[in-house]
Amino acid sequence: MKVLKTYPEKCIACHSCESACSNLYFKEDNAAKSCIVITDNTPPEMNVCNQCQTCVAACPTLALTVSAQGVVMLNKSLCIGCLMCVAVCPTNSMRTVLGAKNPFKCIACGVCTKSCPTDAIKIVNE
Amino acid sequence: MNRKLLAEFKYDLAPIVRGYNRRTLYVNVGTKEIKSKPVSDMMIDKFVGGKGFDLYLMWHGVKDDTKWNSPENEICISFGPLCGNTSYPGSGKSIVTTISPLTGIPVDCNVGGHFGPYAKFSGWDAIELQGKSDEEVIVYIDGDTGMVQIFTAPDTEINSHIFAEELIKEFADSPDKHQFVSVVSTGTAADHVNITCLNFSFWDKRRKVARLKQAGRGGTGTVFRDKGIKAMVVKYSGLKVDTNNPVDLPTLQQTGLKLHKEIEAGDATQCRMHEVGTAHLMEVMNDYDLLPIRNFKYGQMPEAIGLHSREFTALFTQGMADGCWYGCSLSCCKAVDNFKPRTGPYKGMPVCVDGPEYETAAGCGSNIGIFDPKDVVEINFYCDTYGVDTISFGTSTAFVMECYENGILNKERTGGLELTWGNADAALELLHQMASGKGFGVTVGKGVRAMKALFATEYGADPNFLQDIGMEAKGLEYSQYMSKESLAQQGGYTLALKGPQHDEAWLIFMDMVNNHIPTFKDKAEALHYFPMFRTWFGLQGLCKLPWNDIEPANNAETDEPAKVPEHVQNYVDIYKAITGKPMDKVMLIRQSERVYNFQKVFCMRMGKGRRIDDVPPYRAVGPVTEEEYLSRVERYDGHLKDKIGVDPSGKSTAEKMKILREYREDQYQQLIDAVYSRKGWTPEGVPTVEHLKEIGMDLPEVLEVVNRYLK
Ligand code: SF4
Ligand code: SF4
Ligand code: SF4
Repeated sequence: MKVLKTYPEKCIACHSCESACSNLYFKEDNAAKSCIVITDNTPPEMNVCNQCQTCVAACPTLALTVSAQGVVMLNKSLCIGCLMCVAVCPTNSMRTVLGAKNPFKCIACGVCTKSCPTDAIKIVNE
Repeated sequence: MNRKLLAEFKYDLAPIVRGYNRRTLYVNVGTKEIKSKPVSDMMIDKFVGGKGFDLYLMWHGVKDDTKWNSPENEICISFGPLCGNTSYPGSGKSIVTTISPLTGIPVDCNVGGHFGPYAKFSGWDAIELQGKSDEEVIVYIDGDTGMVQIFTAPDTEINSHIFAEELIKEFADSPDKHQFVSVVSTGTAADHVNITCLNFSFWDKRRKVARLKQAGRGGTGTVFRDKGIKAMVVKYSGLKVDTNNPVDLPTLQQTGLKLHKEIEAGDATQCRMHEVGTAHLMEVMNDYDLLPIRNFKYGQMPEAIGLHSREFTALFTQGMADGCWYGCSLSCCKAVDNFKPRTGPYKGMPVCVDGPEYETAAGCGSNIGIFDPKDVVEINFYCDTYGVDTISFGTSTAFVMECYENGILNKERTGGLELTWGNADAALELLHQMASGKGFGVTVGKGVRAMKALFATEYGADPNFLQDIGMEAKGLEYSQYMSKESLAQQGGYTLALKGPQHDEAWLIFMDMVNNHIPTFKDKAEALHYFPMFRTWFGLQGLCKLPWNDIEPANNAETDEPAKVPEHVQNYVDIYKAITGKPMDKVMLIRQSERVYNFQKVFCMRMGKGRRIDDVPPYRAVGPVTEEEYLSRVERYDGHLKDKIGVDPSGKSTAEKMKILREYREDQYQQLIDAVYSRKGWTPEGVPTVEHLKEIGMDLPEVLEVVNRYLK
């Protein structure tokens, strides 16, 4: 399974990963639209999808599927925006912006890892 | 399928504005006229939508003397402004009305499935079906292109579990698009009997079957078939979170998400709807002596352990997204997969059975003495696919079983069927007979009221006894709760406009268990508030269950826990977020009051709906037989002593029963006085002109009918 692993003890809460993520998927620098969330506590809490698949079972339209690499993918054309997946996610990693048509989540693309100065996030295959 | 096109109507597709299309679809299957009718501001202001639109359209479609099988009788299906949003749980209901073959007055059913939201998003706020076709037809709405068509229907199989699926496959653009088609159909029993229903489908993407939800009460299927309609089909492929075009999507989403999270956190320890649906009630009802057993004689029996909810949990496939509309995280629509019936035309073939829900498990289980869950599942399956209402089937079968027990019926009269308690084979045979139109099943399918008259005239049975044990009022069979020990619920049942269904008021726990409404005034207030509050769901296209089958964690600490204040506020919030109109909890009740009183007057116009019609059979009020009295002798003797002030010692059971009966019947009448006065009705049950003016339902056509009865 491909997943983004977090190492909070290394994280310095610079929020670069959030910028990288929201820039890639929403074309704006906005932490509210990042799939990974970093808090300013010490050590920071790093919240991101662990690909547990709980949301997959809850989706009424089969918009959520698991890729060959074990990554949970959201098919926007099937999604009707009910947010049931958001409510069942045990780690609050299915993310949503109120007013948007679909929720969003980490698909372990790894773009954020390149922006992290301390190697606090890493794509691993487990 | 080789279909001939009989009529066609093209219309412009236009986006919905704040929950409304502002037009309704009229289809006359007799003349083949199809047209669009505008929705006026008056309709929205006074009738809101859903059941309100249905009744308004139907009122103007029928005459004072219209019967269920008159060509001008209508089947109206409407959705309501909130219907079809995918954000708030329980938002996909259709409301069906027609003049019922059982009662002769309007019946209304609230049903899930995808038909309603899809028909609404195809461009219609309601559908009005009128006329009678001389050949079999299906009515098709294509919401993707803007077209309504009437086709011939040479189909041979009309039983819903097969027919709905066939039509979905026929009308879907491709095999990966089945989820965009929904079907309304019934089954072969609707050609022969009156206790029938309509099935509204939704395509289950995981199971790859057409699931069926029922517009169950009052014989809607019979009217459908009498009109020569085999099915209605809708196709709509554009669903998104904002298709209903709310003014304030973020608030709608936020309110929905809050409830999703509440359900996720609380359902497993509250009602377990996600695991077992409404069947979670089985042991609760049995524990409180409320589960109907043997035609509502008893509320509790050790055998009922056989129908414990864990038995159904084991039969239902777990972990599925079982919402009857998208976005319902309560997901109560459980199903038994790969069930192989042991009788009938589908014997041995694996089928998917929707349910059993509580009403079915009680009605087709305990109430007829069946305690094997698999037998209940089989009756459930055949009821659905044949188009039979499980509630009326259960109550009607319970009635004939008690008649059999008392010798009013025997093998000769039933065509050889041994209608003893718990005889599942005989119960299933009744169903198969309803479907084939042969045998004693056809008599049972006429419903309890018709059978009472028949058994008195044909077999010389005592009409008073039949009246006492025949669980119907206004011609509709009771749904499956014992009301004997709850005066408020007795009223809840008999005052329900369409007949004794629990969807207007369910007050048993408040009244009997928790004793929160001890006085007549308290009970009358509850019998005002709750029916009005629940009527609102039918105006909006909502399901009642997410209101109080899940509660916020702190609900018990609120000032009125029975109302679930936080959820009431949710409804106010989502109404405002969708329609942009003002709303609060007082206006909400007022919206309902208008439509409720309109329906009341509609019933009067059709000849029923006054005090003389709000009469319970004594079985709903107290013990009819010595056997019943003696089974709970301590309770009833205590009742004589404490409530009536009569010393039971030295009195025969018959004497004690008589005293108890007089007392209880008098209590019931006092209750009715209190409720009518609270509702703004005369002691005869007629809404006063002042009251109609006050609530804004003083339309001339309404006053004209009321004045007939006020003189
Ligand atoms: S979004 Fe949440 S529920 Fe879905 S796979 Fe990721 S962690 Fe699991
Ligand atoms: S919001 Fe979309 S992805 Fe999530 S459960 Fe609903 S339909 Fe599925
Ligand atoms: S609670 Fe059940 S019946 Fe109501 S909308 Fe949800 S799934 Fe349908």
